[in-house]
Amino acid sequence: MQEYFLLFIGAMFVNNIVLAQYLGNCPFIGTSKETSVAVGMGGAVVFVAVMATAITWLVQRHVLVPFGLGYLQTLAFILVIASLVQFVEMFLKKMVPPLYKSLGIFLPLITTNCAVMGIALICQREEFGLFESTMFAFASGLGFMLALVLLAGVRERLAVRRLPMAMRGTPIGLIMAGLMSLAFFAFKGMI
Amino acid sequence: MIVTSGLTLFSIGLGAAAILGVASKLLYVKEDPRIGLIEDSLPGANCGGCGYPGCSGAAAAIVAGKAPASVCIVSDAETAAVVAGIMGQEVIEREPELAVRDCSGGTRAEDAFHYEGALDCRAAHLLYGGSKTCPEGCLGLGSCVRACPFNAIHMGPAGLPVIDPDECKACGNCVDACPRGVITVSGMSARLLHLNQTTDCLAPCRQKCPAQINIPKYIEQIKAGDYDGAVMTIKERNPLLVTCGRVCPRPCETECRRQYVDETVGINMLKRFVADRELRSGTHLPVACAKDTGKKVAVVGGGPAGLSCAYFLRRLGHSPTIFDAMPALGGQTRYGIPEYRLPKADLDWEIQGILDLGIDARLNTSFGKDFTLETLKADGFETIFLGIGAWQASGMYAEGEDLDGVMGGIEFLTAHALGQKPETGDKVIVVGGGNTAIDAARTCVRLGAEVTLMYRRTRNEMPADMEEIVGAEDEGVKFKFLAAPARVIGDENGRATHLEYYEMELGEPDDSGRRRPVKKEGSEARMEASLIIPAIGQKPDLGCLYDDGEGECPLETTRWQTIVADPDTFQTAIPGVFTAGDVYTGPDLVISAIGDGRKAARSMHYFMTQDHVPVPETTQKGMIPYTLFKEIGQVERKKRAVLPHLCHGDERNCTFNEVEGSLSEAEARAEADRCLRCGLVCYDRDADAPTDRIENANT
Repeated sequence: MQEYFLLFIGAMFVNNIVLAQYLGNCPFIGTSKETSVAVGMGGAVVFVAVMATAITWLVQRHVLVPFGLGYLQTLAFILVIASLVQFVEMFLKKMVPPLYKSLGIFLPLITTNCAVMGIALICQREEFGLFESTMFAFASGLGFMLALVLLAGVRERLAVRRLPMAMRGTPIGLIMAGLMSLAFFAFKGMI
Repeated sequence: MIVTSGLTLFSIGLGAAAILGVASKLLYVKEDPRIGLIEDSLPGANCGGCGYPGCSGAAAAIVAGKAPASVCIVSDAETAAVVAGIMGQEVIEREPELAVRDCSGGTRAEDAFHYEGALDCRAAHLLYGGSKTCPEGCLGLGSCVRACPFNAIHMGPAGLPVIDPDECKACGNCVDACPRGVITVSGMSARLLHLNQTTDCLAPCRQKCPAQINIPKYIEQIKAGDYDGAVMTIKERNPLLVTCGRVCPRPCETECRRQYVDETVGINMLKRFVADRELRSGTHLPVACAKDTGKKVAVVGGGPAGLSCAYFLRRLGHSPTIFDAMPALGGQTRYGIPEYRLPKADLDWEIQGILDLGIDARLNTSFGKDFTLETLKADGFETIFLGIGAWQASGMYAEGEDLDGVMGGIEFLTAHALGQKPETGDKVIVVGGGNTAIDAARTCVRLGAEVTLMYRRTRNEMPADMEEIVGAEDEGVKFKFLAAPARVIGDENGRATHLEYYEMELGEPDDSGRRRPVKKEGSEARMEASLIIPAIGQKPDLGCLYDDGEGECPLETTRWQTIVADPDTFQTAIPGVFTAGDVYTGPDLVISAIGDGRKAARSMHYFMTQDHVPVPETTQKGMIPYTLFKEIGQVERKKRAVLPHLCHGDERNCTFNEVEGSLSEAEARAEADRCLRCGLVCYDRDADAPTDRIENANT
């Protein structure tokens, strides 16, 4: 039990997918202007990451490994994740239209979100079982969401501050992301 | 190997495609073509001011019926019409709203906020929220300016935000950005319904005014030469400004901070100046009313409370009908206040302006005789307002007061106003010390009598306005202080000839804070009188409320013959029946009746449009203690204006021509300039005044 707990905490805080592993920076900066959008994007990433990791785990173990096609891992995973994102897009458009509208261009961006791909690949590299992989993906997705919401909170406040013109928008967002990354290094001592 | 790889990838792709194909069938969303059309019609600002995530979200909400065609706050009515056309709807006119800044502080205020870090109100508020004396005032760092997406706000020269009404879209971003609640977004109805809150920036005068008029604002407008604006500011709280400009006893001036420098600002003079300006123009400034609600409301009593209630109900879109037992509207302002203080023609003009908004009036119609609460309800009136006033004179409790030649003060004034020419004879004794007593005395002087006003305390304790007392003295009214009636003595015909009275002396203070008069034993004396007018007090005549024969009043009443109602909502024991004015408070000021009439109208509006009448916990009821300070430094002394007298000598004592005139424009501007622009705790001091001049002025 302790093992799973450490895995969860480690994935979410210590090895945060965006602030410690530096994966998924594009949507991290792009969708962190408003907290509400950040929550939606984070939720979508959690969902896609868990689904993608579970499916890619099954593909890896039951298709690629038995046929000795491990070298096709990256291609196969991209195919699976891209299809999954398309599915999520259709699902949101049907079931949660406001979230679909607010996510806009960033929903398709999950397809090329290296965080999702990275989570699936890390699970294979670490040789996690299906349950561990799913939990790791869930925790990593939550870590991405946490970082996204925190940055959105900071950037919402920055939006009404008096800043030099050159620093407004993405530049100050990147600086804040860097500072948050440094702050997250403090979690290294937890495990 | 290559073939296997290819087949594997192909299989995975095929599987994914198959799943997506099935999903696309199951999750297919048929988008309404109107969404695209509407989205193209919207300005594409994606500001979020409508509450939806961007214009596409707003378009989808309109098509889904969750938002009206006018949901976009950026676009104009034309766009709303186009959108409504796409939806096959009719455009519903939306009451325009604007951001309003209500802080009269300024950078020159003593407690101006000094913060040298991040120039942001919210940062300043979070870091130093408790250090500024004023808990509500504007910090002046301009977060609202930066938050406005439409460039509708800029910081004015006084360090306060200035809102451009032409650019403001009422999106509320500035409201969200302001940590002090200085800015609000409101429309006309919201402003009319607003009760003073302790969180508002309320100068002491504004706190004290029973009608809650934004006094600092209209004085500021007069100072800037915006006289029409000042009239409209007053009319947001008081439709009887010509009347109040003449007869208001000015409770606001008792709290004016200027009195700690030299003399209070002539607030009522300024009100009269702008009111008379509108009066002399002969044209009522247009007053906006909300869209008709179709709700019928009965207002029983056409006095100041009833007129005020009807006026505000009409402005809120309802359809009031005023019922009055007298031949003309105005109540005590018409029948209790003499012509020389308030000319009937001016009152008529003012009342006509109220009726012209679309209010019906049924005169010579008595409540309890011609109609009852039940018949009003049966006639479709959804709510009823009872403002029947206090028309019954209190007695002297002296033997013989029922003799001929004894006539209550309000009865005498009413009879005179009705043109009944009550007989005064040569010598009149008026008993009492209030404004009614003075009005009766000055009226008798004009009718040619020699008048003595008898009061049981001294001149200093008289409740009448000092100007009225001085006016009476000027016109020859004699005063008999420290004297109280003992009995009325009559002749063999049953007509009063003398008033026997006691000499009095002042004892310990009573509940009112005034020293209680005590009878001097053996001090009885007599005074000759052809007419004795007791003007001791008035009370409501509630006979109209009692059902014939049953003797039961459907409303709860007090031992002072006033109607019991909720002090916050003015609703009586009968749901839907409201009250205010003298019948609720007992004899009180015209301005109090006007203020309570509006509050009752507010309650009636909420009663008819929603389930309950909201009364916020922060509603201001008494004076806010920390706003009452007396140390005002560095203010140059300036002489208070004096109202001109319009007539003198015989013309004054023998006619009912108006006695006091209005200020000239220059005098009014100078008087407005005396206002200190007080906020809750700050005021706009004359920092530039040379110190030596101030010292000289103080010596």
